[in-house]
Amino acid sequence: MGRKLLLEKVQVEGIRHYDVYRREGGYRSVEKALKLQPDEVVEEVKKSGLRGRGGAGFPTGMKWSFLAKPVGVPRYLVCNADESEPGTFKDRYLMEFIPHLLIEGMIVSSFALGSNTSYIYIRGEYDWIADILEVAIAEAKQNGFLGKNILGSGFDCEMYVQRGAGAYICGEETALLESLEGKRGNPRIKPPFPAVKGLWGCPTVVNNVETLAAVVPIINEGGEQYATIGIGKSTGTKLISACGNINKPGIYEIDMTISVEEFIYSDEYCGGIPNGKKLKACIPGGSSVPILPANLLLTTAKGEKRLMNYESLSDGGFASGSMMGSGGFIVLDEDQCIVRHTYTLARFYRHESCGQCSPCREGTGWMEKILLNIEKGKGKLSDIDLLWDIQRKIEGNTICPLGDAAAWPVAAAIRHFRDEFEWHVNNPEKCMTENFGLRHYADPIHVPA
Amino acid sequence: MIQFKETSLAKVKEIIARYPQGKQKSALLPVLHIAQVEFGGWLDVPVMDYVASLLQIEPIEVYEVASFYSMYNLKPVGKYVFEVCQTGPCMLNGSDDIIDYIKSKLNIGVGETTADGMFTLKTVECLGACGYAPMMQLGKNYREHLTKGKVDSIVEECRNKAN
Repeated sequence: MGRKLLLEKVQVEGIRHYDVYRREGGYRSVEKALKLQPDEVVEEVKKSGLRGRGGAGFPTGMKWSFLAKPVGVPRYLVCNADESEPGTFKDRYLMEFIPHLLIEGMIVSSFALGSNTSYIYIRGEYDWIADILEVAIAEAKQNGFLGKNILGSGFDCEMYVQRGAGAYICGEETALLESLEGKRGNPRIKPPFPAVKGLWGCPTVVNNVETLAAVVPIINEGGEQYATIGIGKSTGTKLISACGNINKPGIYEIDMTISVEEFIYSDEYCGGIPNGKKLKACIPGGSSVPILPANLLLTTAKGEKRLMNYESLSDGGFASGSMMGSGGFIVLDEDQCIVRHTYTLARFYRHESCGQCSPCREGTGWMEKILLNIEKGKGKLSDIDLLWDIQRKIEGNTICPLGDAAAWPVAAAIRHFRDEFEWHVNNPEKCMTENFGLRHYADPIHVPA
Repeated sequence: MIQFKETSLAKVKEIIARYPQGKQKSALLPVLHIAQVEFGGWLDVPVMDYVASLLQIEPIEVYEVASFYSMYNLKPVGKYVFEVCQTGPCMLNGSDDIIDYIKSKLNIGVGETTADGMFTLKTVECLGACGYAPMMQLGKNYREHLTKGKVDSIVEECRNKAN
């Protein structure tokens, strides 16, 4: 098993509370960082190669270095805890069981960025976790790690939790800021980027929960040391939330050198597919990233073993690869219906589209309706091409990436599983009682032309 | 007249103090959560108007937010709201069957409330509990790994609590 940097202590009894967390070595990174210059902290994060863990994978240190620093204008750090990407439930685990790790990472990051007031924007449904975070923040404050003049350094920092109210779109950073300002979650047109004009028009950095937590081991061990873990540009460890048809769904911290095959079948991780069924397909990085059939999931088009990291998962582009995304790993067994699954995702995106851009507002609804028709055996063969046409007209034509996120799952399902869509159209009676499964695909599974 | 309890008013004040001077509109989402809990599980227009006056913003600014976010109910709901997730990962683990079972058990459709005002059934999109599917939200907490038996005991539990 690889090294754990975030979840090493998660099983320690009482780790949710300050006393135990501190006794186990917590808050050392704050003590260390406050003796450095803020820019030196940024430098360590740059050296670590840490990439944003929310889904986009943008280098965190570089994002931090874009932050504008006009004199006399406050700067803000906002933690994106709006985890809503289907298949993703890792940040929840981290906040629920080891909340001080996030708070510690945020104090260090706030110091590095010069943010004296930092906010955690958490999805509204995680109501009880917001309470856990508020308790942890109060404990940190009582012990002098938040508030005025932290550890005598002269650095002041307050931290607050704000609950959203049920809107996937608020995971997009500018929609999140709008929401934090008490408005509808409509993404802003960029530029200006939040680093220049963010919360209340002030320079702002928005980072994912796991990203900010990772700052703790980076400061404790040094950025260079952190960068030695993992492979290539996939440094450090990554939390994967595994779900769907697997024996052991849950959260796994991996170093990004293991293969996808090991991750699915090893007892250390997912423990294989229940009831001895075969693997049909997998969405490796949250619902927005392309679904892959079993053969392309386990092996790249070049015939190499596919690994659980940014580069390998995206190897082959969208023609034969996918993305690391948020680490929401959804496994489908041989009996699952790709059309129905794609329909539920299309319904999700229609529900979550904010409605600002017409390609997304209208297109997501059309895709949902057409997919439902095909699913129920009421579709036409031309509907498959129509779906393809609609998704192409959404992708790249919207203010924010929700349009792309809605288009990609539909595109990938058609790209890799077109036979199954056609079978639904051609077998309207059968398709509601029988699953296409794997039977009609060539062994081991349909290989796209 | 609509008015928060003293404790809620104190909480509202504390929330407003989290933001810079003049940015009290930022408190809108948290204050609407408090209002929904305090005023019967939904946001009637007079309640929203009251929130607007508290935060010194226009009523329309409250309406447009309340109608955007799915957690705010703009119509009355039952005492217990079952919000069952139906997105991909839950579907793979049988959420369709759970929804059908709740419908037949409570004899209501999605979006409806039982005649006694006890239960409302809502379907929701991904709540971030994919590894513990199928699941629903009930009040502040999640109920996970749902089975028909578990649904039975949750219904029982709610009825007992209400009595």
